[in-house]
Amino acid sequence: MNIVVCVKHIPDPNLPPQLDGHRLKREGVQGVLDPGDEFGVEAGLQLKEAHGGEVTLVSMGPPAAAEAIRKGLSMGADKGILVSDDALQEADALATARVLAAAIGRQPFDLVVAGVESTDGYTGTMPSTLAEFLDIPQITFAKHLEPSDGSITVQRQTAEGYHVVECPFPLLITVTAGVNEPRYASFKGIMSAKKKPVEQLSLSDLGLSGDDVARKQSVVELVPAEERKAGEVVRDDGDGGRRVTAFLADAKVI
Amino acid sequence: MTTTWVFAEVGAEGKVEPGALELLTKARSMDGDVAAVVLGPGATEAATQLGEFGATTVYASDDPVYSDHVAQPVTEALYQLQQQHSPDLILFSMTYDSRDIAGRLSAKTGSPVMSNVTDILGPDKARTAIFGGTTLVDVELQGSPILLVVRPKSFAAEASGGQANVVPVEVQIPETALKAVRVERHEETATGPKLEDAAVIIAGGRGLQEADNFKLLDELAAAIGGAAVGATRAVVDAGWVPYSMQIGQTGKTVKPGVYIAVGISGATQHIVGMKGAKKIIAINKDEDAPIFQIADLGIVGDALKILPQVTEEVKARKG
Ligand SMILES: Cc1cc2nc3c(=O)[nH]c(=O)nc-3n(C[C@H](O)[C@H](O)[C@H](O)COP(=O)(O)OP(=O)(O)OC[C@H]3O[C@@H](n4cnc5c(N)ncnc54)[C@H](O)[C@@H]3O)c2cc1C
Ligand SMILES: Nc1ncnc2c1ncn2[C@@H]1O[C@H](COP(=O)(O)O)[C@@H](O)[C@H]1O
Repeated sequence: MNIVVCVKHIPDPNLPPQLDGHRLKREGVQGVLDPGDEFGVEAGLQLKEAHGGEVTLVSMGPPAAAEAIRKGLSMGADKGILVSDDALQEADALATARVLAAAIGRQPFDLVVAGVESTDGYTGTMPSTLAEFLDIPQITFAKHLEPSDGSITVQRQTAEGYHVVECPFPLLITVTAGVNEPRYASFKGIMSAKKKPVEQLSLSDLGLSGDDVARKQSVVELVPAEERKAGEVVRDDGDGGRRVTAFLADAKVI
Repeated sequence: MTTTWVFAEVGAEGKVEPGALELLTKARSMDGDVAAVVLGPGATEAATQLGEFGATTVYASDDPVYSDHVAQPVTEALYQLQQQHSPDLILFSMTYDSRDIAGRLSAKTGSPVMSNVTDILGPDKARTAIFGGTTLVDVELQGSPILLVVRPKSFAAEASGGQANVVPVEVQIPETALKAVRVERHEETATGPKLEDAAVIIAGGRGLQEADNFKLLDELAAAIGGAAVGATRAVVDAGWVPYSMQIGQTGKTVKPGVYIAVGISGATQHIVGMKGAKKIIAINKDEDAPIFQIADLGIVGDALKILPQVTEEVKARKG
């Protein structure tokens, strides 16, 4: 099975986010593989281990995004593709999908895996836009995967439970954080990742021009929201329960 | 003049997804024409309600192809309708299915899709909130149609008492759009009030220590009466409670009268789903927990001790 996993390189979510004008600062800040994409990498590795094949990681981002790919390679993926180009600095979800589709479509594949939503951008729409460009079906919010001959059965999370969806390959899935437990990279994995191939591509390598990826949405203003003020914070001296109850009574809900 | 469409999800009994009614109410307040598109069993029945909330035209089809297959048939139909009628703006409620449909449609039309929208400022301008709702971001979009995926409860739904002209949708759906098939549906019909409608929500996080302790929340909810129990993603992912209880960015958006956050740190992705509550109470043993920054009453202490006390006190007051 040829599995492609989308991996995004994002500013470390454990550090306070910084703005660069109207945008999230991405360069010159500590970056990591989006923790949400570790579930995608793990899903790809498990499918490969059970059914054979190859796991390819694809990312679009600045040259530093190679680190996110290295992380996935050290978990066990086979190779990487990084699309990096100055013209992509302001890419929106539509442009990102167009670029990833061009990169993924260059070789045959059975399955594309992405995260449900990224930690920094959380549009959640990029994967289905990508699926449409690749002209394949998509099943988002996968929380359980069961491949069989030529097709896959997915438990897809819904607002009140889940649906079971069946689909023949090729298709795209997005995985939730409940789908698996991502492995840690072993020392051996980290060492061997250094030798695994990472192909670097520019827009023109993909036959795309700057016009193809021109952004169609721009932030025009940032406005501070009306803040909720912190109220009273008290240490529980045994009367915490009473205080909460008194508050509920004041709010007329009991 | 702007033509705005609202894509409305519908249940087999003709029940319209509430977000669509909120969007129609908003669309009505903007200059121009408002239409709705509703596809799948129950669609024609739903048209009446869509009319009452402001759609003057409803494009409808009861064909089960739209609910039996994931995303693609609806995308195809919307695309063909859009090609015929050229709306300027198509609004989607941020649900599982609609977000996918909007994403696919963006590739087909080559026009932008913006998700997590919390307000619509004009035909080509929308707002979202970042950093847990502390900063609002205004975005201008170019293209036609502009696709907006709007967070639920961004607008209050209000009927206008109108009546829609129902136009049957007849489009050819290609075989290639029928590959992903829904073969089973498992939906928990929750007992008690829904999170979206409850006047009081008691939500638990990892601070409850273990799944079993969620019963402390159930007991308090029962004592208050008409309260619903919610959760953070951390405990849903850990398998303590079902996903249908998740509140936040990837879960439900709620606006109760009182929200009681128990053992919840207050991550930005949780806060976006509950900061619309009228009053917030937080119980957390860490006085620096970010949740206290938005709480009207914060109790620094052990939730496992405090919760049973609240339940007892509430029972005592109610007699
Ligand atoms: C893309 C994305 C989407 C996300 N979507 C969501 C979402 O929809 N909803 C959501 O909730 N999260 C979401 N998250 C996760 C979010 O970032 C946090 O990880 C999560 O909300 C934390 O849950 P928690 O507060 O239960 O756990 P923790 O952050 O671990 O907090 C536990 C708290 O319990 C307190 N505590 C411990 N013991 C006690 C005790 N005995 N009594 C009282 N307090 C105690 C601790 O002090 C701590 O503050 C998302 C994350 C990402 C990246
Ligand atoms: N620049 C990117 N490179 C690779 N994958 C991406 C990129 N942006 C988004 N993705 C994938 O799409 C998922 C959803 O992202 P988003 O639409 O930004 O919420 C992420 O979890 C990634 O798997």
